[in-house]
Amino acid sequence: MAHVIRQHNTCPMTSRRLQLTSRLDWVMLLTVVLLVVLGWLNIVSATAEADVVWDMGGKAGKQLIWMGVCSILMVGLLAIEGEFYIRTSVIHYLVVLALLAAVLVIGKKVGGARSWFGVGSFGIQPSEFAKTATALMVAWFLSRDGRPWRTLATRLQSIALIAFPAGLILLQPDAGTVLVFGGFVFVLYREGLSGNVLLLGVSALVLAVLTILLGASESWYPFAGMSSGFWWFLVALAVLGLGALLLTRAATLPRFRKRTTIWGSVLLLGSMIFSTGLHLGMEHILQRHQRERIHVLFGIDVDNPDADYNIRHAKAAIGSGGWTGKGWAKGPMTAYGFVPEQETDFIFCTVGEEWGFLGSTGVVLLFVFLILRVLHLAERQRSQFTRIYAYAVASILFMHFLVNVGMVIGLAPVIGIPLPFFSYGGSSLMGFTLLLGILLRLDAERFFVLR
Amino acid sequence: MELNRTELAARQRIVGAIVLAVGLVFVFRLFQMQVTTHEWKNRAERLTEEQEVLHPSRGLCLDRHGELLVANAPSYDLMVVPRSMADIDTTALAQLLGLGREELDTRLSKARRYSRYKASPLLRQLNAEEYAKLSPELWRYPGLSIRTKPVRQNVHGIASQIVGEYREVDREDMNRDARYRLGDYKGKSGIESQFELELRGTPGIRHHLVDVRNNVRNTLTELDSLPVSGEDVTLTLDLELQLYAEQLMQGKRGAVVAIEPATGEILAFVSAPSYDGNLLTGTSRGAAYDSLSKHPWKPLYNRAVRGTYRPGSIFKMVQGLVALQEGVISERTHIVCNRDIIGCHGAHTQDDLRRAVVHSCNPYFYDVMRRGVSRHPDLDKFDNARLGLGWWTERIKEFGLGTTLGGHIPGTRPGLVPDTTYYDNIYGKRHWTYRTIYSISIGEGELLATPLHMANLAAIMANRGWYMEPHLVRDIGGKGKPDALQQRREVGVDAEHFEPILDAMQLVIEDGTGTGRKAYTRGITTCGKTGTVQNRNKADHSVFMALAPRENPQIAISVYVENAGAGGDWAAPIAGLLVEKYIQGEVASSEREARILGATYPLDPDFAEAEWPTSSVNTTPAP
Repeated sequence: MAHVIRQHNTCPMTSRRLQLTSRLDWVMLLTVVLLVVLGWLNIVSATAEADVVWDMGGKAGKQLIWMGVCSILMVGLLAIEGEFYIRTSVIHYLVVLALLAAVLVIGKKVGGARSWFGVGSFGIQPSEFAKTATALMVAWFLSRDGRPWRTLATRLQSIALIAFPAGLILLQPDAGTVLVFGGFVFVLYREGLSGNVLLLGVSALVLAVLTILLGASESWYPFAGMSSGFWWFLVALAVLGLGALLLTRAATLPRFRKRTTIWGSVLLLGSMIFSTGLHLGMEHILQRHQRERIHVLFGIDVDNPDADYNIRHAKAAIGSGGWTGKGWAKGPMTAYGFVPEQETDFIFCTVGEEWGFLGSTGVVLLFVFLILRVLHLAERQRSQFTRIYAYAVASILFMHFLVNVGMVIGLAPVIGIPLPFFSYGGSSLMGFTLLLGILLRLDAERFFVLR
Repeated sequence: MELNRTELAARQRIVGAIVLAVGLVFVFRLFQMQVTTHEWKNRAERLTEEQEVLHPSRGLCLDRHGELLVANAPSYDLMVVPRSMADIDTTALAQLLGLGREELDTRLSKARRYSRYKASPLLRQLNAEEYAKLSPELWRYPGLSIRTKPVRQNVHGIASQIVGEYREVDREDMNRDARYRLGDYKGKSGIESQFELELRGTPGIRHHLVDVRNNVRNTLTELDSLPVSGEDVTLTLDLELQLYAEQLMQGKRGAVVAIEPATGEILAFVSAPSYDGNLLTGTSRGAAYDSLSKHPWKPLYNRAVRGTYRPGSIFKMVQGLVALQEGVISERTHIVCNRDIIGCHGAHTQDDLRRAVVHSCNPYFYDVMRRGVSRHPDLDKFDNARLGLGWWTERIKEFGLGTTLGGHIPGTRPGLVPDTTYYDNIYGKRHWTYRTIYSISIGEGELLATPLHMANLAAIMANRGWYMEPHLVRDIGGKGKPDALQQRREVGVDAEHFEPILDAMQLVIEDGTGTGRKAYTRGITTCGKTGTVQNRNKADHSVFMALAPRENPQIAISVYVENAGAGGDWAAPIAGLLVEKYIQGEVASSEREARILGATYPLDPDFAEAEWPTSSVNTTPAP
């Protein structure tokens, strides 16, 4: 085996004779095609207003055109050698950065965010392509030499590579896409980032939830009367943390005690500062409607009935589906405009209402399967570039899936982000086609490339 | 902390596990939302399905011959959908609606607060005229529309106190009966309230699917039901007679009740002053109700069943009947008119029963009752009075006096027939004798009865000893009259004893000196009796009761005219006219009619000055 590979490696031209059809990962490709078709059916239903009319000018028709364009794009992507993507990673990245900067200046403002280039009736969202470009760039950067995660400089540089486009997107502002860039933490974790970072992240999340929940409650204080319950929480955190620190210190060997004390204190102080900062930020920096959105998510009563309008209707639509749903194009909640953004970010509501528990579970499992398939692909690579890139693809898909479905079923805050292959939108579909097309080609070459 | 290749590769399982875990959490959550609870399903139904209530048409009220008394008429609510209102000229609109600018703005912002997409009323219950004025201008104002809603129309504007009000429900009604929703109407008094369940019918329901703007997008026909109209209520009233009675009582205070003796059906029922029930609907209700309730003559007070008067001389006939039945006297018993005991009037000295009734001889009936209540020579006067009164009260109550007469007419007061307990409470046991209570023997004293009781008494005379509980309803929805209303109530006096009394009543009208001469009508044998009820400080009430014709009587009637003087002067001619109208179908004696209709109220100058609501809904100009 090794001999064969070496032969191919020494003779790069052979890859051109690659038997693409037999090497291609058909399982993944067909899964994606299935998702796109299912997504399109839901777009038809969501935009049809109860009477399905075949009109190419409508959103379903436009999506069909985009699907055609993306099919051609996919064929094109598969025809290009993997080496091309690797070598042009930096160029892609720089072009995307330039576009992200440009859109802040000359972009069209849609829904409060300056994230679109308008071209006639079609619009293009550079942030959709930024994900692919950043994935390529990070993969390239980390695969330059054998063991890249070793030095602090590399670590900081790779984080900067991710943070730079994310920062530009935050300026638009498009919180959802920034969150997707957060998914790169899985890539870095696979490449050597300490697991403690993930643990720290989870702990921070738990702390944040407690802070928000208790921050919204009312409590009595000696000498100060009624105020936010947060301050009791802070006291409890300090007391419990200190107790835990003293216990741990007593349990450690004497020679490690000093280190335990230092790290413990840093952690405790850090969490207290984090918690206080979050609370004060919630109270004083966030706008009222933003705070309400967060409160709605945690089930805290909000005075304003409009605050949870979207999510209330989204949940009603999904919940009304029952076991098998109301049938395709028969859901009144989606047909009669009760669900906002129902062909884009809230497309999953249509699935829930019309296809019921069985249908929506099927879609969820299809996504889980796709992501696990991408991870499987990643791990079978000899090329470090392809592995890192595949991890990036899986992470991006996962974050979209997590935030989008989590949002409509009331487990994540309302953040506008498309469901891959399902949501209406050319940029989104093209972005994901790019992402997966490149991966498919790279994967097909896995026996020829050793890098 | 460096990790080797394999250790890093193992991390794929952690990443994979996280993905799988999230997927499972989502599936679990979907299961919870879609399968285990109905919370969201119900919420979706509330949002998308709207039930349109199809209001049934309310049952009509008819008179005994099927003439329409109360019908349904359309009224118009001006509705506004705030979202559809473009930049309209609010000044012009305010002018068109006859509202102030500020008032209009207040109403518009109230509608906006209710819903921007759903219609809410801007002006309620416009009448046909106001509607006609508005409708050609409406196209100028997008978002405004008209909703028709039936209201009740009292076709002739009569018998308003009986018919009652049909008004918007209040919170209490809605709590009591879930069928009523905000803005619904129901009968609130009188017949409208008494037969609400029969009149209202059953509403139909139409199910719609609506979109987020509340536009109807589709219908779900399998669940729909059609409304079932309410049942018609046929009243016992005779429209012609009722109209005529109200006409005769115009400008007077008092009451008229006419009963068909054989059935107990009330033919006419007037409490004067009466008013047009249509005043109390629509936009004018508030003002009309205000002026009616403040009017010194109390038109809202139903005198026919709530006004209690002393029965006066009419009661003497009851005394006579009871005494005859008990054998205390015979029809030929003469009694000296001893005016030392009790005052009397007219020239007579020693009447028999007939003459005593005609002359309304007070000492005669004083003595009749004295004989009745002191029949135990072995007892002293206290015990005799006690024992006698106990017996007497029972007999008198048989005539319906002191009872609600079955209570078929809402608000009926029992009046008062004092019994031993009553006097014991006032004077103490064994502290009163017949001398204490004798004024009840001539229908004065503590005795109280309503015009309804007196008309019923006339019916008893007509039937020679029995009555049916007076009532107002002949039929509901074709099901006929309940058995309870067809039961004879015997008064315990044999028919033969009525003849001398009826002789006397005929004389009252036909004799040259009879007090009821003005009730005489050629061709009809009318029997009647005047009553003149004394009032402290004020003029007497003029009272008359009559029945006609003597053989096979068709009508029994009582007439009260407050503070008008002697019974024969005003009440008798009114009764005569009504008898003539009912039996002959028309009134020939135009002179008598002209006198009644032309009567300016002799004794109460306040009437002309008091404010009286004159406009009716159908003629009110736009507000």
